[in-house]
Amino acid sequence: MNTDIVRLEQVNISFSGKEVVKNVSFNLHTNCITTLIGPNGAGKTTLVKTVLGLIKPDSGSVWLKDELVIGYVPQKLHIDSTFPLTVQRFLQISRDLPSTAIADAVASVNISDLLKSSIHGLSGGEMQRVLLARALLRNPHLLVLDEPVQGVDINGQIELYQLISDIRKQRGCSVLMISHDLHLVMSATDHVICMNQHICCSGHPEKITSDPSYIDLFGAASAKTMALYAHHHNHDHNLHGDVLPATLSEAEDSQQHGQECNH
Amino acid sequence: MFYDFLIYALLGGVGVAVVAGPLGSFVVWRRMSYFGDSLAHSALLGVAIGIFFEINLNIAIIFCALLLALLLVAMQKQHFIATDTLLGIMAHSSLSLGLVTISFIDDARIDLMAFLFGDLLAILPEDLLWILFGGLLVLSVLYYYWPQMIAMTINEELAAVEGVPVAKMRLLLMLMIALVIAVAMKIVGVLLITSLLIIPAASARPLSRSPEKMALLASLLGCAAVVIGLLASFEFDTPAGPSVVVAAMAIFMSIYLWPRKASR
Repeated sequence: MNTDIVRLEQVNISFSGKEVVKNVSFNLHTNCITTLIGPNGAGKTTLVKTVLGLIKPDSGSVWLKDELVIGYVPQKLHIDSTFPLTVQRFLQISRDLPSTAIADAVASVNISDLLKSSIHGLSGGEMQRVLLARALLRNPHLLVLDEPVQGVDINGQIELYQLISDIRKQRGCSVLMISHDLHLVMSATDHVICMNQHICCSGHPEKITSDPSYIDLFGAASAKTMALYAHHHNHDHNLHGDVLPATLSEAEDSQQHGQECNH
Repeated sequence: MFYDFLIYALLGGVGVAVVAGPLGSFVVWRRMSYFGDSLAHSALLGVAIGIFFEINLNIAIIFCALLLALLLVAMQKQHFIATDTLLGIMAHSSLSLGLVTISFIDDARIDLMAFLFGDLLAILPEDLLWILFGGLLVLSVLYYYWPQMIAMTINEELAAVEGVPVAKMRLLLMLMIALVIAVAMKIVGVLLITSLLIIPAASARPLSRSPEKMALLASLLGCAAVVIGLLASFEFDTPAGPSVVVAAMAIFMSIYLWPRKASR
């Protein structure tokens, strides 16, 4: 049975008078992958930082389940080059962490050979896996990833999403992640929230793997790991981002959840 | 050939250098060298206040440095001027305030040069106790909070999510730097304290692959610079602070100019 682990109710956040998050409410559940999508400046990172407790909302409430352990993979981690650091030392998050735990964590994200490397000069994809390993070492109930595939090539992106999906299956933890790419299709998500300051729509990504035109376009192999979030808005935006009534189609499934989130 | 004052100065200098190693590493990692400079400049105001109100100079200096650190935190909340500008204003204002205040004090025996550039003769057994207990306190706090401080230095947001009280750690780091500046002032002087923090740490960087090794190595190189500098100061009758800094610079240069395999 899936229960709520995070509840946001009517959250509003503004920075120096500019509203960044408007009246946003959503819940996160156990064993469920939720993806936040939206354009640059839509307030996705701000919202995620609110869940993490790094930003206090101006109004509204943020509720986290008691003793919820969160593993966080930030958007981009710049470590000053004056700071000497190997991957192994980076993952040694406390003195009493046994080296077997670190070995397990790096093995689960396939970077065992990087353990002795310097953290400076890792590729984008390698760094994301190192950050993921650090987050996993905390045995999180909720994994929060801010644009986990940023700076990673297309094949690497598919692999990373697959890895996140596998981690959820193995550990049964929940995942909240951000993607700004509307076109990049995701099979590794149960629930999609589309936001642009406010929540435009939310629902499960439509399975289109059986669609012949899709298979023609991407090939049968990648069709298995990819799915498209069918994107129907029940309103449009003008150039200022104000909400206008829908001009084309009505959203049909905007409030339904996927099978995996059964509730 | 060895006089008491020289042994006091050497012991005091080595004590300060040991503590300055790890703290200086944080100053380098967190790009706080200008902050260290500002704290050091405020130390002269501390000296002036200490003499004026006849209180222990170390306490007056620490008090002043703390006041400046808290003032800085408060001033950072406004968005009109950047932190480096703020630090520049505070550093030179507190230095000037200190100089002006000292000029009002009748006691002509105050040796301003000793405060600005350090004095070999200034270290007394009482100061050694300050260095010993202050140093032990700082080292114990550093050891206890090391994992949190390293996590915070890697990334503050990541550390905060992992449960590190970031604001508290930042304040603690400032407090420790203030304490070290207060006790180091007599040896190297107000104007040169930051170099004792950052030059050994910067010298240790290319030779280190872990933060712990860099901190330890910075302590050792700092000790070497202090011993070489103070002995040279005694031998050639040169000012103590600048002699130590020249020795530190020589170590820094030889490490960076020494041919070695490229490493990160």
